[in-house]
Amino acid sequence: MMPLLEIEKLKTILNTDSAPIHAVDGLELKILKGETFALLGESGCGKSMTALSIMRLLPETAEIIEGHIKIDGNDLLLLPETDMRKVRGKRISMIFQEPMLSLNPVMTISSQIKEVLKQHFDLHHADAQKRILGLLQQVGIPDASRRMDEFPFQFSGGMKQRVMIAMALAGEPELLIADEPTTALDVTIQAQVLDLMRDLQQRTRMAILLITHDLGVVAEMAHRIGVMYAGEIIETATCEDFFQQPAHPYSQKLFAALPERAKRNQGLAVINGNVPPLSQAFQGCRFAERCDHAWELCRQTAPEWIEIAPGHRVKCHLFSKENESEYQVNMREKQTTSAIEAYHATPHQDSPLLNVTNLKIHFPIYKGLLKHTIGHVKAVDGISLTIAPGKTLALVGESGCGKTTVGKGICQLIPTTAGSVQLNGSELTRLTRNQLRKKRAEFQIIFQDPYSSLNPRMRIIDIIVEGMNALVSDHRDRIKPEQQLSSHQKENKVDELLQRVGLPPEAKWRYPHEFSGGQRQRIAIARALAVNPKLLICDEPTSALDVSVQAQILNLLRTLQQSLGLAYLFITHNISVVEYLADEIAVMYLGRIVEKGHVDEVLNAPKHPYTQALLSSVPMIEATSRRTNSTHLKGELPSPANTPSGCYFHPRCPYVMPICRKIYPDKSTFSPTHSAHCYLYSQN
Amino acid sequence: MPFDPVILWTDALVYLLVAVVIAIGWYMQRHTHLLTPWRRVTHSASGMAALTILFFFILTGLLDTIHFRPALDNTSNNLGEKVYSVEVLSLFDVIATPLRTRVEKTYSAPLSAYLYAKETVELPDGSQAREFTRLTFGGIHLEDPEVQRTGDITERSIRGAAGGLLVWSVIVMSLGMLLARRHKISFLQMQSEIWKGTTETPWHVIMITLGLILVLLGIVVALSTHYHVLGTDKVGQDVLYQSLKSIRTGLVIGTLTTLIMLPFALLLGIAAGYFRGWVDDVIQYTYTTLSSIPSVLLIAAAVLMMQVYIETHPEMFDTISARADLRLLFLCIILGITSWTGLCRLLRGETLKLREMEYIQAAHAFAVSHWRIISRHILPNVMHIVLITIVMDFSSLVLAEAVLSYVGVGVDPSMISFGTMINAARLEMAREPMVWWTLLAAFGFMFILVLSANLFADAVQNAFNPRIKTLSERVSRSSHQAGNMLQSNTSSSRPAPAAISPEAKDNTVHP
Repeated sequence: MMPLLEIEKLKTILNTDSAPIHAVDGLELKILKGETFALLGESGCGKSMTALSIMRLLPETAEIIEGHIKIDGNDLLLLPETDMRKVRGKRISMIFQEPMLSLNPVMTISSQIKEVLKQHFDLHHADAQKRILGLLQQVGIPDASRRMDEFPFQFSGGMKQRVMIAMALAGEPELLIADEPTTALDVTIQAQVLDLMRDLQQRTRMAILLITHDLGVVAEMAHRIGVMYAGEIIETATCEDFFQQPAHPYSQKLFAALPERAKRNQGLAVINGNVPPLSQAFQGCRFAERCDHAWELCRQTAPEWIEIAPGHRVKCHLFSKENESEYQVNMREKQTTSAIEAYHATPHQDSPLLNVTNLKIHFPIYKGLLKHTIGHVKAVDGISLTIAPGKTLALVGESGCGKTTVGKGICQLIPTTAGSVQLNGSELTRLTRNQLRKKRAEFQIIFQDPYSSLNPRMRIIDIIVEGMNALVSDHRDRIKPEQQLSSHQKENKVDELLQRVGLPPEAKWRYPHEFSGGQRQRIAIARALAVNPKLLICDEPTSALDVSVQAQILNLLRTLQQSLGLAYLFITHNISVVEYLADEIAVMYLGRIVEKGHVDEVLNAPKHPYTQALLSSVPMIEATSRRTNSTHLKGELPSPANTPSGCYFHPRCPYVMPICRKIYPDKSTFSPTHSAHCYLYSQN
Repeated sequence: MPFDPVILWTDALVYLLVAVVIAIGWYMQRHTHLLTPWRRVTHSASGMAALTILFFFILTGLLDTIHFRPALDNTSNNLGEKVYSVEVLSLFDVIATPLRTRVEKTYSAPLSAYLYAKETVELPDGSQAREFTRLTFGGIHLEDPEVQRTGDITERSIRGAAGGLLVWSVIVMSLGMLLARRHKISFLQMQSEIWKGTTETPWHVIMITLGLILVLLGIVVALSTHYHVLGTDKVGQDVLYQSLKSIRTGLVIGTLTTLIMLPFALLLGIAAGYFRGWVDDVIQYTYTTLSSIPSVLLIAAAVLMMQVYIETHPEMFDTISARADLRLLFLCIILGITSWTGLCRLLRGETLKLREMEYIQAAHAFAVSHWRIISRHILPNVMHIVLITIVMDFSSLVLAEAVLSYVGVGVDPSMISFGTMINAARLEMAREPMVWWTLLAAFGFMFILVLSANLFADAVQNAFNPRIKTLSERVSRSSHQAGNMLQSNTSSSRPAPAAISPEAKDNTVHP
């Protein structure tokens, strides 16, 4: 069968200050009609550059220096720009990662879709309108005839991504390139969008090039998979083959690095080092430096394609015939070397470290000339939780449900409206700024984005020492001068901290921009540890990081918990991280906790319909666990400024009863630790 | 003592500024990590060329800042003390004495030997005639200017240029020697590196700029001893001298004004953005009110009030210069007060953005004090805005001074500035034949000053903003070559890009 898209030896370089970066280096792939091909890889592997090369939409500093991109046998790189415009949107369309940024905010969505139609079809106004309406209905926009004349800001994130898909489909393309289409979306919305894409593909028989870093999304969507590493594809296989038996050591490592419940009391496998800089010339296998199995040959000659099963090809010396014996040896070695030390559960302690009762954080909404308050955004609306010393509580929920506000509220970074936050028995909410200073050392926060949580103008040593200084200077009056840390001692302390988080001590003289995302997150952790806290509030600390780096950070957090007895409030939307790390779990919906309990109780037997839907929306890797009757949620999170009456979840709940619309349900207790708020169960 | 040092108000502030700059430089020398962005500035070709030009402007300005009153010859009062002249001179005035003292009767064109206006002269035979008379100083050594002038000017120019080149080669040699010693390579090796442009700092650009300036300077010096290079003005004063004197006025207005307004803008802007609430409201109302008053009106009113004050209190000023200087200082202050609102608004906006950044939140979590957050986290991160605004404002303030002086509410009429020069030239533009040189001289000097300040500002901005990435010459050259290759492929009916250019390949092997 003739492939729809065929890429041969594509090389794209990015010109920079020093040496050019070989973003795509000899990439080859084939996509058949009607299939979904997933390009999988960590960030910086050249996935997006591949997509942009196909569309010929590269940034100015980039250029394609070699190769062919053929669609139905016609080389796109030979086309003049005017012909290329007929290809874009008509034969190949693209949807981007960030739906908020890819729609023009001052044009109605119908006029944006009409632009595509005008380019490729000769349609009259009425026909065009009909077609737009059809497209919007096709992607599941409710009340499409009214909403087609609205502006992008009137749509939510998931709806915007649907509009983007509608726009991409307007030209009836043969190939749809989806560059991380759901990364910016919540799991429940992600499930909706993926469902939609699968459904559309079945109806229109178009091919999809899905670019993603999420193995779960790949497992749910792809027919065939290409694993990309350092600018080239190193393994291609069908979805089944790949998930049953990943061949390349890199692919294997990716699976091993995934946090999941089965790996709970052990460290995650990490891939040492980083993706090598693409500005260098590679001699051997690109993965050799980070590979556990690498031997002399790997460093000298680049491996060729080896077919290990029909349709399953891999670029690795381990699988060539003459190296079979080596492979065996290596595999045996691997058995011994990769035995990961088992962690022991920390002993349970009863008195809670943190006790939050009925915490409320409301933001007033001002209106009018005199700025009178007309309402409140109830970001956090009466939540209670406790964390025991050395334990981890995971706070789970969709974005916009108030998770981060809870974290900042507990940290006293934003004023609380009502309720109490007790740390070690002392109340935090009523302290003045000065009184609070004395307590600050006991709890610290780690932020989501390691790129904005370190001051770019300060050296690492200054960043880490700052916290120590601020919290020590407070006691200056009481501490005798000789007890204060000298600058030399501080430097030693910084060295020790950096080593503890796995960075070399020389790192302290450098600036944050010289570090990768994972390293920055380590620095942020070192900064928090500098004041010896008992509680760390981790606000999505790994969601901006790649899987392999996420594994490193999770391992680090776990080791620190073991050795220092830290308690974590782990705020996340990533269920697999929760499964791996958490002891207890609290599910949050629209400012309230709908269900909480021990991690096994909640994940094995979710009671609240929202928890059930949330868990079923998470893309699963195990082929066996793919549900056919998944209960994907309809609709989206309502605004916390205008909460629904009764149970907040009732507009989206599949089991809604009349009483749900009237009164918020009381607590239903299933075990001493497990409880939920739902009328499906007997109320306390 | 043959002179009595005088420190005017603006002099004191300029000295303060120089001291601050030196202190910052010394501090940065000890904290090498602060020096790195400045090192990047030195790698920018256009920035360094602009800096070389600015150096000469600043040198002139500084020389013109050292004021004193010379002692009058052989006079002493009845107490036996020396009597000093009422005229305040600067070091620059002393250097440029020939320019300053050789005053003609009225207009004369650049390099001319004759006046620009006809005069009635008495001929030897007793009759009278109207003709262009010879100048008192310009071209006086020529017997027949009509014939000899061009040759004389050419000869002097060549001699001057040669002198400039000589000085330049001495500088190149000594600098080359210094650099060679520092890099521990031979002198010749250093020279070849400089001229191939492989040094980190673009020394060849600096050298070429310096060469051009020195040759020009040599010619001007050689000619100015016998001619008025840029002509003379209505009262016969040398225009070149006026232009050079205007530099100090421009520099003072450009730097002191920002110096005066900076504390307001920084403190209020950051405070408004950081503390929000009523602090923000008060500061916002203040600057909105202030910026809604037409600034020219405010400046005119303030300057006129000052003028009245000066005139009613003549006893406070012992020299004319002191009066003019106080008015200049006052102009700086009033310009500062009307111009801080722009920067303040910018800083408030940036601070509003920064205070939500996670590193500021983290600092709060560490109970870092407000003052430390402002000084260590917010201030360094808005510094690029401040730096850019300062340099942009410098240019616009130099221009504003010219406009204000033109309108008549600028500097004291006795103080030479670009504005007063333009104002004086204004009427003569309409006369036939036109007197164009005053305006052209003021325009040229101002243009070069502002342009090099802007170029330098760009270099600084590029170096300090980590997000700005520019293609280095080498890479853009290699991509250019790749582009050529693509074109040659097109002609051979294979339009696909084919091969890596050899240079690009080379780069990957030896980055």
